[in-house]
Amino acid sequence: MKRLCAAIGAALSLGGCEAAPLGYLGPAGPAARVLASLGWGLLIISAVVCLIVLALLIFAMARRRPPEDSTLGGGNDRAAIRWIIGGAGFSTLVLLGAAIWTLWAAQTVTNASTPAGLTIDVTGHQWWWEARYQSDDRSREFTTADELVIPVGVPVQVNLRSNDVIHTFWVPRLAGKTDTIPGVTNRTRIQADKPGIYRGQCSEYCGLEHAHMAFFVVAVARDRFNAWWDRQLQAATYEPSNQGQQVFLDKCAACHAVRGLSAGGILGPDLSHFGSRKTIGAGALENTPENLAYWIDHTQIVKPGAKMPSLDLPSDQVKSVVDYLERLK
Amino acid sequence: MADVSYIPANLPTEGRGLRSTGWWGMLCLIATEAILFAYLIFSYAYLGAQTPGPWPPTGPPSMRLAGPDTIILLVSSFTLLWGVLAFERRRSRVALAIALAVTWILGAIFVAIQGLEWRDKPFSFDSNSYSAIYFTLTGVHMAHVVFGLLILAALFVWSLMGRLGGRHQHLTLGAYYWHFVDTVWIVVFITIYLVPRL
Amino acid sequence: MAMPFAESPPARERDRLLETWETAPGLYGWLATVDHKRIGIRYMCTAFFFLIAGGVEALAMRVQLAEANLHLISPDAYAQLFSMHAITMIFLYALPVLSGFSNFLWPLLLGSRDMAFPRVNALSYWVYLCAGVFFYAGVPLGRAPNAGWFSFVPLTSKPYNPGLNIDVFTLGIIFLGISTVVGSANFVVTLLRCRAPGMSVNRLPILVWGTLTASVANLFAVPAVSLACFMLWLDRHFSTNFFTVSGGGQTLLWQHLFWAFGHPWVYALVLPAMGIVSDALPVFCRRPLVGYTLVAISTVATMLIGFGVWVHHMFATGLPVVALSFFSAASFVIAIPSAIAVFAWIATIWTGRPRFDTPFLFFAGFVLLFVIGGVSGFMTASVALDWQLTQTYFIVAHIHYVLLGMNVFPVVGGIYYWFPKFTGRILDERLGKWTFWVMFVGFNLAFFPMHIVGLIGMPRRVYTYPAGMGFDGYNLASSIGAFIFAFGTLLLLINIVRSLQSGERAGPNPWDAPTLEWSTPSPPPPYNFLAIPIVASRHPLWEDRLKETDERSVLASGVFLDEGKKTLGVTALDAEADAVISMPGDSLLPVILALAISLVFAGMLVTNWWAVGLGAAVVLITLFLWTTPVVASGPEREEVRG
Repeated sequence: MKRLCAAIGAALSLGGCEAAPLGYLGPAGPAARVLASLGWGLLIISAVVCLIVLALLIFAMARRRPPEDSTLGGGNDRAAIRWIIGGAGFSTLVLLGAAIWTLWAAQTVTNASTPAGLTIDVTGHQWWWEARYQSDDRSREFTTADELVIPVGVPVQVNLRSNDVIHTFWVPRLAGKTDTIPGVTNRTRIQADKPGIYRGQCSEYCGLEHAHMAFFVVAVARDRFNAWWDRQLQAATYEPSNQGQQVFLDKCAACHAVRGLSAGGILGPDLSHFGSRKTIGAGALENTPENLAYWIDHTQIVKPGAKMPSLDLPSDQVKSVVDYLERLK
Repeated sequence: MADVSYIPANLPTEGRGLRSTGWWGMLCLIATEAILFAYLIFSYAYLGAQTPGPWPPTGPPSMRLAGPDTIILLVSSFTLLWGVLAFERRRSRVALAIALAVTWILGAIFVAIQGLEWRDKPFSFDSNSYSAIYFTLTGVHMAHVVFGLLILAALFVWSLMGRLGGRHQHLTLGAYYWHFVDTVWIVVFITIYLVPRL
Repeated sequence: MAMPFAESPPARERDRLLETWETAPGLYGWLATVDHKRIGIRYMCTAFFFLIAGGVEALAMRVQLAEANLHLISPDAYAQLFSMHAITMIFLYALPVLSGFSNFLWPLLLGSRDMAFPRVNALSYWVYLCAGVFFYAGVPLGRAPNAGWFSFVPLTSKPYNPGLNIDVFTLGIIFLGISTVVGSANFVVTLLRCRAPGMSVNRLPILVWGTLTASVANLFAVPAVSLACFMLWLDRHFSTNFFTVSGGGQTLLWQHLFWAFGHPWVYALVLPAMGIVSDALPVFCRRPLVGYTLVAISTVATMLIGFGVWVHHMFATGLPVVALSFFSAASFVIAIPSAIAVFAWIATIWTGRPRFDTPFLFFAGFVLLFVIGGVSGFMTASVALDWQLTQTYFIVAHIHYVLLGMNVFPVVGGIYYWFPKFTGRILDERLGKWTFWVMFVGFNLAFFPMHIVGLIGMPRRVYTYPAGMGFDGYNLASSIGAFIFAFGTLLLLINIVRSLQSGERAGPNPWDAPTLEWSTPSPPPPYNFLAIPIVASRHPLWEDRLKETDERSVLASGVFLDEGKKTLGVTALDAEADAVISMPGDSLLPVILALAISLVFAGMLVTNWWAVGLGAAVVLITLFLWTTPVVASGPEREEVRG
């Protein structure tokens, strides 16, 4: 049955494969799987109800009646009323079943019985995502942005905060939505059962560039995840002769941080190890040198209203800083 | 059989009995305004429940002014009631005018004392969420009292012009409004001044 | 049953009534009329004007979304478009159009000569018009509301939205709320007092039940949003801390207050329209509605439960699952009365003898669209599934199926049905059928794909979307469908304009319908009924043929009340005549009061306190003049049977 649904879903491009990165009816984690089953179930019930009503309507309109006479209808409505009450009664049973399934699903998804193997503090900003990886060893904590790497098969607790307005943290193929609300810390859990790149999207209108506030959850095997963490902790080294780094410190450090340098800006995303990220600007562009150059000079065209101004630097400076950033792997 | 004889030969011209359109209209107004206060009190309770620490943050508000003020407002309902009854039973325009004037003065004193209380508060409108809801809840009530004072003034003028009585319900309905404002104050008073002391 | 006064209509009474009830001519009459029929038509025309405005806003958005990565409209302009589209449709079209129908029809359906408060009726229209203009005041400045129709804080707080946009929103909502509340009170009191003798509660048309339910609900719901908007205005202008976290404010307080209003409001937008279908569909099935009592009860039940589901708009906010589960369960339960109504309509068609005229097509189409909207609502009622569905285009599909399916389609069907009564002309039937099919196809092409694109994750309120997400084809289909639907709306307008000029003239009862309004000429005279009817059943004009009872309504004689401007008052439940109610004549006070209120709100918008003070002074003076009792005179009792 599951494979049949997956096949139909894929055919309708609901399947959440390459064709539909945000498609939650093609789940990749335990929470999303519970919700996807519920989704298919209620969807099928809904479709059947619509078809039944359509059939009743057509039949009611088209059914043969004795030849026209001028009397008005009416009369014995008791049978009709019994059908109405019967129909309502049957609907009530269906609703009851759906409600029970719903409550079970809600409990299952929010029940945090297994301890989380990883905790990440995510803070929503207008229009990017800050992520701070927690650790028992404080020296092993670090900050990154817009891309969360997690180990496969491990429940990850995500603490959700907002820096400004309400955003919503949503990785459809892994879990349902949870808002980030100023003044409140919400909690959600995500877990990926197979390696892959899972797209996330802000889902609460948060201002001009809400449409371009995506993020990515990259699930990798445990050993690759540990290696990634170690690499994230490596600090950059100060290279006074590196023109790109100088440009970065001059023009970018006021808002952006790179671990190891005096660049400590917190207004914009942390750019340590930026070179290993898949996108620029919270999913606005794919991370390539050409795109990065375009982004730096034409930010307001790619993402009008973003807090970063279009920098319009001389082309040699652009080339060197792009070079520098892409080497921060 | 429905026929014309169902309807009496003559009917009262409306406005004499309780259930006139004006009476129901005033009831609708009171219902919607009462619900407004319910939402205000909900907001007070919600902000209190969600705020860590004591609520009110500066401790239960003093009743030094609010207590007597409440009594003044309650007395004003009785003076108004006395005046309305005197007018309905004895057609005494003098008693009514006096009652309206006394009620008006008591209401104005209520507003003045509450203004003094506001001035003496250790917080201002923009201090925190408690101050916001405190001033708004009492302020919206005060606005209703002020509107009530305008109604009482109008009734005073109309009573002197001899326009009250007969089939007009203005006095009854205006009194309903004033009693409503008083009743709301009791609920507001309990919420703001008594509940924190429980 | 003989139509009233087929032979020798009493000319003297008719002339006297005409003289008393007819609105004065010219500009004065236009501004001062209190005739519920003229006010009702104004409501409908103004609502249609806003429908077109909201539709243009929608078409602009659909052009921007037709393909991935288009940059035809800036994100700032797009935000204002989607906000104004929703505000216009939800506040300036959907309820006012139903107020228009009810305003025109209620006294005729109930057997009365006017609403309980004719001047308040005029006031509610003028305030609506002024508030509508107020909402659009920001548009020429490029400062229209820009945070949706729900304006969540803190996006709408001063730091994140410093311009006038949200002040237009908060003040506009409070402003419009005045119209809604006084209008609702008017309906409630009219129902309680101003009916024909014999029009007991179990004989009321379902449109009356629907509007009554919505009106009572509005009295209790509107203050929540007015309060929320007032608090936001204070936060923005006086630095209070209702919603500001740093001062102890609570972000979610806004959502609780807003949705405590918002959810009952959406039922107010559809219950009267469902009443239109419950009253008009049976006429085209040549039989009374099946299960009248069940449908009336389900109307009230839906509204009552509707006050207990508001948190289903907040399922993703992180509230405790136990609390969310309660609201999820209530959201499932609310489907039960709706199911009853759907089966009642189907049973009426089934056991009736349908005539496939244009109104019938719209009503039958409505039943299907109701169910589709209903099942998508059923899916979102599930708190767990809603964690995926919320804030996607699945919700957009749901809200449009319920709002267009359950408001626009019944309204258009109702226009085809009652146009003869409103105007004395019949809309062209062939063009009407074309209109239905174009609208039906266009609507489904526009909105059905949104279910799918929502299920594959397209979020709402985005001004563009990337390629490669699977969204493209569905969005293009939706955009094409939107334009087709717009063309259908154009056909409707063409039909209206042409038929007003040269349509077939209508007699009193072109559809052979049973209710009281069809016993009057088309359009009715200003006084509605020459003699106040005495009602004996739910279907006064069908009594001879239905033979449900021996009793017969009396339409051709009885109580004229032709001295002065009067109608009958009755008891609330059994409708026994118990008073003679005097009605006011034409008055300029409503329009003056509305303009004075406008000055107050305009002053608050630009924080000009002199304007506010002046406006408030005029408001108070006008209220004083309005309520000043006239010299107490006149007899205590009146002869009514002459």
